[in-house]
Amino acid sequence: MDSALRSPATRPRRRSFTAGQRRAIRVGGWTTLAILATLPVLWVLFFAPTTGKFATSFGSAVHDPKDFVITVLNGVTAAGLYFVVASGFTLIFGLMRVVNMAHGAFFLLGGYVALKLQRHMVGGSGAFGLDSSQVNLTHWIVPTIVGTVLVAVAGLLMQQLFLRWNQGQDLRQALITIAISIILADQMLAHFGGVAEDIAWPRNLDTFTNLRVSGIQYTTTRLFILALALVVGALLWVWLKRTRTGMVIRAGVDDRAMVSALGINIQRTFAVAFIVGSALAGLGGVIGGSFASLAPGVDANWLLYSLVVVIIGGMGSLGGAAIGALLLGMTTNFAAAYLPANYTYYAIIFTFVLMAVVLAVRPLGLFGRPA
Amino acid sequence: MKLALTPDRVAAALALVGAVIAPAILSSYWVGTLLTQMLILGIVAASLIFLSAYGGMLSLAQVAIYGIAGFVLGNATTNGNTKGLNLGWNPWWGVLLGLAIAVAAGLLFGALASRSIGIYFLMITLTYSVIANLSFGQITDVSGFGGISGIPTPHLIGSAEAHPNRLYYVALGVALTVYILLRYIVRTPFGMTLQGVRDDPVRMSSLGYNVVLHRTMAFGFAALIAAAGGELFVWWNGHIDPTTIGLANTIDVLVIAVVGGLYRIEGAWVGALFFVILNNYSQQISFIGPRFATLIGAIFLVIVLVSPGGLMGLWERTISLTSGRRRGPTDRDSIGLPRAEPTV
Repeated sequence: MDSALRSPATRPRRRSFTAGQRRAIRVGGWTTLAILATLPVLWVLFFAPTTGKFATSFGSAVHDPKDFVITVLNGVTAAGLYFVVASGFTLIFGLMRVVNMAHGAFFLLGGYVALKLQRHMVGGSGAFGLDSSQVNLTHWIVPTIVGTVLVAVAGLLMQQLFLRWNQGQDLRQALITIAISIILADQMLAHFGGVAEDIAWPRNLDTFTNLRVSGIQYTTTRLFILALALVVGALLWVWLKRTRTGMVIRAGVDDRAMVSALGINIQRTFAVAFIVGSALAGLGGVIGGSFASLAPGVDANWLLYSLVVVIIGGMGSLGGAAIGALLLGMTTNFAAAYLPANYTYYAIIFTFVLMAVVLAVRPLGLFGRPA
Repeated sequence: MKLALTPDRVAAALALVGAVIAPAILSSYWVGTLLTQMLILGIVAASLIFLSAYGGMLSLAQVAIYGIAGFVLGNATTNGNTKGLNLGWNPWWGVLLGLAIAVAAGLLFGALASRSIGIYFLMITLTYSVIANLSFGQITDVSGFGGISGIPTPHLIGSAEAHPNRLYYVALGVALTVYILLRYIVRTPFGMTLQGVRDDPVRMSSLGYNVVLHRTMAFGFAALIAAAGGELFVWWNGHIDPTTIGLANTIDVLVIAVVGGLYRIEGAWVGALFFVILNNYSQQISFIGPRFATLIGAIFLVIVLVSPGGLMGLWERTISLTSGRRRGPTDRDSIGLPRAEPTV
């Protein structure tokens, strides 16, 4: 598939390069790319200044190792959340070739359901929502489970009602999920309002943990997110590699027609994958709503993160999602921390640069394979 | 050459006459607000339909490019009193700069995305759209959350409030030019090759055509059209902020294209007219009220599911029923999406 593009036939007929020239171009391209990738690393490690026009908040890693470690931790923990959300997206995509554009809306739905349930369970809340001191572990876990399950059901409904009978028409399925996401987003605006709100962490988690590395006191909730992401990743891995359903899913990713020809009920597998994929969006929504906040427009951000993670990681690959999430988490956090302090708001551009570099080198993503 | 009197041509002539005499017969609210907005949205939707119908690329980046042109024009021509660079240029130079930067952005976006097709292309262009929205929201040097206000129009046209008809005729002129240009370009060797690339990229590449280059050029050309729409928009609105290119508006333009009919350029303005009127009058229906997005989402869902090829498909079906001739989008599925995923 992709090799057709690289074949000599795609080159303009009048300009054909010799093998040597082609190699020179390739080597030159890789060298440029390597230099471009090294420059930011050198900047962060050695050159970021603390004074002058380009002063950064922390200075270079050599100058301030503590904040460097904190930035790495921030990157890794953000990556954990990106992974939880994006793994659901990539699971659905890998098996069914369905781009679930409602993934961001599902994220927001899971968050809002948990938010409302938590408020209901705890009772009276102040003008600025709940405080962690009012919330115990049950007040967080029960809403998390309910939000996740509800979104899983919503995902299953969408798949059974709208997507199932359009199997194989992937553009049409993408448009259907876009329509669902418009309706969901508008209904959530009507029911939950337009003000940013957040779910309260339980009081046992809303503390700091001493990491015993250069005296860093790190937010426990971020470590909790990371742990949760690792558990989700491990469970997904075991499920996909060690169980029968997982085996069928992996076979389905490679050859759907053959799997159904073998007499396996692929429709049931599709439904299961959609339940799990949507549940991950809902779970991500609860964590994201506790970690950051829930508001109209947040769905677009999380759809963007999911898309970027799977575009750079390679669509349908769980390992790719992990690597993609890590790259995105690191890029956004390092850009925000190590750009000159007057220019930190340019950090968003680096999300695009990251995607552009990966697409330029590997159009199907780092771990992508031709469909 | 004698032109046969087909229903299409009669309808086109009536629409053109209606558009030209509209300021004489309709209220200034209709002309200055609804119809001008319809023409502008139609121009952006036309760039989307062109890419989809002739390039097989369903792009969600058209609104981002429209916004880039609008923001550049705003930054270049405002003179103090607002966010952004306030360069205070002559509006016409601002127009040129906006078009140039938007096309450059389009070529860059296109070059990165055109090795993908189908849903991959849709996903990549959607990330462009969201990133552009967030960028303009966060980078306060060029806009920031509140956006740019008081963007001036050239003296020749005058402000949209004082002379709504002038801007309407400018928008009409641009829309007609875009339509004619698109109809022309798809018949040039470039346009024919592009359609070949749409139908069978592998064969075209083995014939020696550069598939990626053709897609990129088409994307750049569509960026020029979307940019023209964006500049008209800031003249019409006098203000642009990141919400203008938010996900909701990105999807609105997609909805306009699909409702109009994703396989015929005319569908862009038909869909836009439908959208603008619905947007304007649905607020008065009590059970819809402010829930316009739900309504448009539901309509979009029905059209995508049942797929009568949008309003243009409905028109063609009516014509073929009355005249007994079979017409319509034959080599595409009825919604105008490429029937099978072409493989690269």
